[in-house]
Amino acid sequence: MASVDLPLPRVGRATDLAPQPIRVVLNWGRRYSLWVFNFGLACCAIEFIAASMARHDFIRLGVIPFAPGPRQADLMVVSGTVTDKMAPAVRRLYDQMPEPKYVISFGACSNSGGPYWDSYSVTKGVDTILPVDVYVPGCPPRPEALLQGILKLQEKIAAETLSTKGIRGKYAAHRTASAGEVTRGLVQPPARPVAGERA
Amino acid sequence: MSPYVVVAAVVVVGLLLFVAAMGARRLLAPSAPTRAKLTTYESGVDPVGQGWAQTQVRYFVYAFLYVIFAVDAVYLFPWALVVRSADLGAASLAEIGVFIAVLVVGLVHAARRGLLRWV
Repeated sequence: MASVDLPLPRVGRATDLAPQPIRVVLNWGRRYSLWVFNFGLACCAIEFIAASMARHDFIRLGVIPFAPGPRQADLMVVSGTVTDKMAPAVRRLYDQMPEPKYVISFGACSNSGGPYWDSYSVTKGVDTILPVDVYVPGCPPRPEALLQGILKLQEKIAAETLSTKGIRGKYAAHRTASAGEVTRGLVQPPARPVAGERA
Repeated sequence: MSPYVVVAAVVVVGLLLFVAAMGARRLLAPSAPTRAKLTTYESGVDPVGQGWAQTQVRYFVYAFLYVIFAVDAVYLFPWALVVRSADLGAASLAEIGVFIAVLVVGLVHAARRGLLRWV
């Protein structure tokens, strides 16, 4: 990889200097306009869609499910089984989201691999490839569980303080990383027992 | 003169709003450019090729016929609303005749090129 000629991460000058009331207002705006980028990878996506529809309606919480791409999104909801083949794409799209960005891991599969934890192809939790803010347990979780996760995330956003120091710490290690680094080679099958010998 | 002052004021206020919004973004927004963030958005896979792409030039006949048959309808429908009015009717009939005549030239050209043949 070539040398880093990108500018260092920073927040706007007014954000670093803003007094506490302004920070509260900014966080207030952030937590109630979460454009969400849905990663519907398996059946949990149906529950996500249900949460976005009229009965559960997470738009009333300020979660807007119409982000046309990662560049317009604030929140990524990974709902479903992340496979090792999909992992680089998930990582790339997370990388392409603008700061500040948040991730909700929705359901057992994206939390930990879920029922497929011992599969050769399933990523053991999306938090192995990107930082997760809120985990929603369940298989699949009900839409109400996603609403609760969104509320938890909004509490977290209300309490956070964006600063140049914080954002530089976040990017201290991997400013030039590429999504290809979360790929892996083929998994070899386990050795078969020799004929006549019990495994 | 005074209605134009209002228009100018609206333009100035619009420009000010734009500058204020962009300035606030510049003063407030975090920025953390990385290589991955600056690559082209291709649904998470590596972008292939370049921004320029070739299109077969022969597809221009579809655009040509589209303009003749569809875009003219866009102008014919509003004209149909005013054709019976006393003050606009006669003048607009003549003008739309000129408009259709220009289109017919294009249609004749398309017919001579054999574009209207049903294969």
